[in-house]
Amino acid sequence: MIPPAFEYYAPHSVDEAVALLRRFNGEAKVLAGGHSLIPLMKLRLAEPAALIDINRIPNLSFIQEEGTHLRIGATTRTNDLLDSELLRRSYPILPDAAQEIADPLVRNLGTVGGNVCHGDPGNDLPACMLALGAELVTVGPKGSRTLPVSDFYKDTFVTALDPTELLVEVRVPKARARQGSAYQKIEKRVGDFAIAGAAANLLLDASGRVETAGIALTGVGPTAILASAASGALVGQSPDDQHLGHAATLAGTAADPNSDLRGPAEYKRAMASVLTRRALDRALARARGGG
Amino acid sequence: MSAEAPHVKGGLGQSILRKEDARFIRGKGNYVDDIKLPGMLYLDITRSPYAHAKITAIRTEKALKVPGVLAVITGKDLAAANLAWMPTLMSDKQMVLPTDTVMYQAQEVAAVVADSRYAAADGAAAVEVDYEPLPVVTNPFKALEPGAPVIRTDRKEQSNHIWHWETGDKAGTEEAFRSAEVVVGQDLYIPRIHVSSMETCGCIAHMDSVSGRFTIYMTTQAPHAIRTVYALVTGLPEQNIRVVSPDIGGGFGGKVPVYPGYVLASVASIKTGHPVKWVEDRSENLQADSFARDYHIHAEVAARKDGTVTALKVKTLADHGYTDAAANPSKFPAGLFHIITGSYPFAKAFVEVDAAYTNKPPGGIAYRCSFRVTEAVYTIERMMDILAHRLKVDPAELRLKNFIPPDAFPYKSALGWTYDSGNYAGALKKAMEIIDYAGLRREQAEKRRRGELMGIGISSFTEIVGAGPSHTFDILGLKMFDSAEVRIHPTGKVIARFGTKSQGQGHETTYAQILAEELGIPADDIRVEEGDTDTAPYGLGTYASRSTPTAGAAASMAARKIREKAKKIAAHLLEVSPDDIEWKDYAFRVKGVPTKSKTMQDVAFAAYTNHPQGTEAGLEAVDYYDPPNMTYPFGSYICVVDIDKETGQVKVRRFVAVDDCGTIINPMIVDGQIHGGLTMGFAPALLEEIQYDENGNIHGGSFMEYLVPTAVETPHWETAKTVTPSPHHPIGAKGVGESATVGAPPAIANAVVDALQPYGVEHIDIPIHPWKVWQIIHAGAPKTG
Repeated sequence: MIPPAFEYYAPHSVDEAVALLRRFNGEAKVLAGGHSLIPLMKLRLAEPAALIDINRIPNLSFIQEEGTHLRIGATTRTNDLLDSELLRRSYPILPDAAQEIADPLVRNLGTVGGNVCHGDPGNDLPACMLALGAELVTVGPKGSRTLPVSDFYKDTFVTALDPTELLVEVRVPKARARQGSAYQKIEKRVGDFAIAGAAANLLLDASGRVETAGIALTGVGPTAILASAASGALVGQSPDDQHLGHAATLAGTAADPNSDLRGPAEYKRAMASVLTRRALDRALARARGGG
Repeated sequence: MSAEAPHVKGGLGQSILRKEDARFIRGKGNYVDDIKLPGMLYLDITRSPYAHAKITAIRTEKALKVPGVLAVITGKDLAAANLAWMPTLMSDKQMVLPTDTVMYQAQEVAAVVADSRYAAADGAAAVEVDYEPLPVVTNPFKALEPGAPVIRTDRKEQSNHIWHWETGDKAGTEEAFRSAEVVVGQDLYIPRIHVSSMETCGCIAHMDSVSGRFTIYMTTQAPHAIRTVYALVTGLPEQNIRVVSPDIGGGFGGKVPVYPGYVLASVASIKTGHPVKWVEDRSENLQADSFARDYHIHAEVAARKDGTVTALKVKTLADHGYTDAAANPSKFPAGLFHIITGSYPFAKAFVEVDAAYTNKPPGGIAYRCSFRVTEAVYTIERMMDILAHRLKVDPAELRLKNFIPPDAFPYKSALGWTYDSGNYAGALKKAMEIIDYAGLRREQAEKRRRGELMGIGISSFTEIVGAGPSHTFDILGLKMFDSAEVRIHPTGKVIARFGTKSQGQGHETTYAQILAEELGIPADDIRVEEGDTDTAPYGLGTYASRSTPTAGAAASMAARKIREKAKKIAAHLLEVSPDDIEWKDYAFRVKGVPTKSKTMQDVAFAAYTNHPQGTEAGLEAVDYYDPPNMTYPFGSYICVVDIDKETGQVKVRRFVAVDDCGTIINPMIVDGQIHGGLTMGFAPALLEEIQYDENGNIHGGSFMEYLVPTAVETPHWETAKTVTPSPHHPIGAKGVGESATVGAPPAIANAVVDALQPYGVEHIDIPIHPWKVWQIIHAGAPKTG
């Protein structure tokens, strides 16, 4: 459990970090919370030539609404999601998920940016960001770009992030009236990867029908999965038992799980449906002004 | 205790704070990895990625070029010194390093010695090994099939069968089954699990080439036995070997065996002349150290229609990995598995166990249980529930109908054990009252009508601990007595040393309490030391809940020897005849004149300043205690679970544990032992297991996959006691370290199966994962009737 030797840099600005990433050209890894990276290095499964520690870069840790978006800085700690009054009120899916991420020791260090861009299908925030229709803001040698999160996850540990780019911010469309969101997850033990998780985001119109919907899944495929057919089936419909149940069934169809120690594939698929339904129920209650 | 009642501070039955916690809670413990010696080197190990393979080449050149690396040790180097293989405690043999074949994934292949821990790790990664994979067998049933690849080609017997062991009345049992009114049978698999103690294993070996002294600081539960084994294997003179077991962060049976790393560090120290430290990491600990359980059991119970049990038949296949490195008493290759008749008076019983080699790590250690008692208790307590289900009677009722009654003790079991004392119905009734068993059954009936799943599970276990009487118990020929050496110093303060070794059990406190009670000296004035073979009297160490039954008894006996001598000194001081003196209310008193008295402290001072002419000065005694029998703690546990029908998740709502460990020395420490033990019983019931795929790749080889419960999952434990002293132990104590680990798994399994009764289920193998429950629920609508 001892990693091979590596170089260590602690830049004080995004530009400095990007310059380092460029210099190592794919051989460096960004260190934020380190709760996924350090174990991989100790197991010698990851052997980066250098670590670029972004924890000393100012102004990367924030949660704020600005214009049309909620902005969350990349080094915002998971625990900050739990503590934010704004999120509890308007984006409750994020505190829901944060509460499910490991334990307080991990949440105090693990970052939103790391969770979102690591590319592990067991991470909880990717499904939340997919359901919320988030965008990712990156800075690279060629400047800044904004990517829809729906185009971000390519395969397990493979994302659209270039190895010379740094994720600096996650942007979520600003919450509206009659919007509700929720995250549900089951795990064998706290801190274990999810057996399955489901994220739901519902916006109701004035008549109480579903105006827009986002449904996404954790841990049941090579990446977090956006269940577009499931959410599509809700749009324009009354969020009644029949429609929510149908959407939950479609979410199960979208799952692409493997059998492993957490259960056989058919169980995980069934859990994707069960949890989607529970997340939808909770999101709906919140959209209607309940808890 | 009332203010007037005579008592000694820190005597029996008092929940005094643990003496050892002052250093532990300050982070000032002294564990092996805390010890640093001048000039110390570090050892790391290259391990096999294959479960079974020929080694065709080992190239060490690159490793030797890593800056800081001083030496690489391979199997060939060891073979030259006749050290490539070492004996196991079960008279099998185990590779220190392989010369030609690896037999499990993560097996040691080469050792690298360097001047820093980091260089050693880099060196171990740089050792190049060529392997030729061989066919792998991980299933013990397949290992015994004709044509299966033979793993241990070094043995004369070209087979994976290790041994067959049986006990009981085979013909009588068969006859009882033929005439039985009811027979129930079940296959039960208790999976491979790991003790995963907080501290992993390690050592610092130091051969001082000038003095010829060999010192090893070692994570061992049995330092004296290790020293003798080292002396016999290496030929070093025993007086020149010093084994020191410093603070130990949990043993649970996993620190009884000798691991290759200990031997490698010793060889490395002899080779380099420097102290050499080896401390394994968590993955090495989980993947290569001795496992526990891995028993494939078939059990059958014969009974009358009214539920009276008559006979028990058990056939088991034990998976031992590539060598039998269990740590059982020599006479019992399956440990004390034949306590399997449990709390019930089976007239006839027969047990047979076969052991097989597979391409898995060696072991079969007693994980917080007195040698396979967990396997036995799980089997009988599951079988009693299956019988209750089949007969449609309440499982509590079935147990109460069958229990060995209190007046039947000492009770001789069909498999040859003599139970010392018990009141099984008393414990179960107390647990039923605390948890409101009748109320829970009513609630369950109501919930079933609503389609909700709630279950109640009982386990009424009988333990067998305190190994053990020397006529029956030895390890490698060393008899399993234990010892105490007690010395009272002039100001009445005591240093006492023992042959056992605490790994967190609190010996420094409980032994002091026994001595306080016997000597009338406050526990604060008594210092307890263990674990250094240079100073402690010889003993077989701590495991199998044996410390209180053996060394605790030795403490009492040594103290009573001291009292005999002290009485003469007291008589001298009081100017009366020793016959006129009695020990009463913690002082020597003149019979009939209790105010004329001398305390042990008065006597101690006199023993060095004013001892009577004709007696020896000083005040000390040694006792080697050979227990006349084992002790048989028992208890009844009741568990209530609620099941989420959609997800299959099991939630333990309540768990009541009524334990009877005889006389209680420190109630707080007993409760702590029960809390920890219950959590270690909860773990394999619902979470922990180590699996292997068909290629012998381990699943569960890190804490990412091996799910030790956290405080979040761990239920709230409700504990209570009954007290039925052991009639043969000097203070009536029985030992309690393992009761809860042994008793808890069947209570939880029984509760889950009980919850799933609407689906007609009789058994689910542990660990009961949510998906197993979901599959049962998903497979079909509730069966009626």
